Amino acid sequence: MKEFKYTITDPQGIHARPAGLFVKAAAKYPCKVTIAKDGKEVDAKRILGVMSLGVKKDQEITVVCNGDQEDEAATELEQFLKDNL
Amino acid sequence: MQKEYTGKPVFTGIAIGKVTIYHKKDSVVKREKVDDVEAEVKRYHDASEEAKKQLAELHDKALKEVGEANAAVFEVHQMMLDDLDYQESVENIIRTQNVNAEFAVATTGDNFSEMFANMDDDYMRGRAADVKDISNRVVGILSGAGAGGFTATEPSILLADDLAPSETVQLDKSLVLSFVTRHGSTNSHTAILARTMNIPALIGVDFSEDDMEGHMGIVDGYEGRFIVDPDDDVLAEYKKKKEKEEEQQRLLQELKGKPNVTKDGHVINVFANIGSVKDVADVLANDAGGIGLFRSEFLYLGCDDYPSEEDQFKAYKTVAENMAGKKVVIRTLDIGADKQVDYFHLDHEDNPAMGFRAIRICLKRPEIFKTQLRALYRASYYGNISIMFPMIISVDEVKKIKEIIAEVKKELDEQNLPYKDCELGIMVETPAAVWMSEELAKEVDFFSIGTNDLTQYTLACDRQNPNLEDFADTHHPAVLREIEYTIRNGHKGGAWVGICGELGADTSLTETFLRMGVDELSVSPSRVLAVRNAIRNTDLSK
Repeated sequence: MKEFKYTITDPQGIHARPAGLFVKAAAKYPCKVTIAKDGKEVDAKRILGVMSLGVKKDQEITVVCNGDQEDEAATELEQFLKDNL
Repeated sequence: MQKEYTGKPVFTGIAIGKVTIYHKKDSVVKREKVDDVEAEVKRYHDASEEAKKQLAELHDKALKEVGEANAAVFEVHQMMLDDLDYQESVENIIRTQNVNAEFAVATTGDNFSEMFANMDDDYMRGRAADVKDISNRVVGILSGAGAGGFTATEPSILLADDLAPSETVQLDKSLVLSFVTRHGSTNSHTAILARTMNIPALIGVDFSEDDMEGHMGIVDGYEGRFIVDPDDDVLAEYKKKKEKEEEQQRLLQELKGKPNVTKDGHVINVFANIGSVKDVADVLANDAGGIGLFRSEFLYLGCDDYPSEEDQFKAYKTVAENMAGKKVVIRTLDIGADKQVDYFHLDHEDNPAMGFRAIRICLKRPEIFKTQLRALYRASYYGNISIMFPMIISVDEVKKIKEIIAEVKKELDEQNLPYKDCELGIMVETPAAVWMSEELAKEVDFFSIGTNDLTQYTLACDRQNPNLEDFADTHHPAVLREIEYTIRNGHKGGAWVGICGELGADTSLTETFLRMGVDELSVSPSRVLAVRNAIRNTDLSK
């Protein structure tokens, strides 16, 4: 299991478009990927769930990758967050 | 009879035209029992695929029409249709309740959109419309409903409850003059689209649809007004405003970034006059080359005590930084005459225009003056500030000012506070300054001719007295001769000369001033483009 934390810096938070791109990136990997904020956890491969977290600027999320290719998935997703959010 | 509504403007501008109401297609979905649930699930998946195909087409269309940022929503919509939570919900409803796909999709759409509508974030609440939109699309495909809507045949003001993104993209944009919606937010697609299309839009307008369709309407995106069946005088007034706005827009498109050069190659500066920090936005929007007169009185008016050095410093610094290296001419305190402030405790005067005002107060009460000068010099470090002194009548006054400035600079040096050497200039607004302009030019870097006061003092006509309108001829040859004389003497002494009074914006005189050799015209932001246009149409070689 790979886990990392990230604090959103984008002024709009995780809005629809980057949420969509994040979901696309997560869907490429066979492992299970989840995002959690304040104890609420959702499947990172489902856009409505990710959007429903309503993550805003300066809020911290925890991403967990569990299963096949979890290392690669965690590396790519962490980079994606740094570049886009 | 004229009816008026108010709303929240999401984009400025004025639209005049017929009102057309957007009718949503009928989306009443019936709940029906089905026998073959798997066939129904397949119907849903087929419709969902068709919907995604339509969305991909809309995405391409939007990309061409409104750009990538606005087209992205259709990509998101495709992903929403692919969302497993959404799909599972639809399938689950069909299978467990033995119902038709239309009902399952509509229910799922309602549930998810409710979830977004209850979020504590304006942006996310706006997404409720997206979920509704994709669900309506699928339901539409399932039930074979035709396209809805907007039936205008000429450019119209479009009225709607709210518009979904797919609806806004499918609209024929050439037929929309403005959007007026009952619901929606500043983040809604209607608002975003209005901004992209550069057309006025109002949201939150509680209009009644009776006697509306096809009637004449006006949308005022500045004041947030929506007027139906306007009275003749209101309509005439708005037609004028719209013409003016179009002229400004046309000039802006034509002149943006171009130099202020006459046909024969003579270049001068066109700057803007402002009275507060927030006016800087207007200066930039109208593409002025700098600020030729920043009246500092706003810092003193409307408060109970002298503004602190820190408050002044912040205001000057903000303007200097916002203008990003362009020239900012700040005029020191011009209190007195028609601008009175209680805490200055000035005596009542019978003739205040000729009284204890402006630089006279500053020289008599140097502590007030020094606070302002310290703030100005400290702010000078952050941009391109010039300092200008009002109501000068003698060389001696300028010398005294320079002594005070020397003291201020010495203090700043001792405190290790950074500053730049500012250009120093004076307002030429008294006949005395005109007649002393040759000597004054040797003492300063620039002159700015204040034509309002100069006219009042030269013609002995009180500016405030309406009975004198026939006498206070703004084009009086005496004043024009003074301007010419001042420009000539300014140049002789090495000072540049500008005009910052109202006469500077009078385009019937632009050629005259150019022939006199004026270096700069500073006018209200809304006049900048007209003056620039006049300069570019002048040929001094003829």
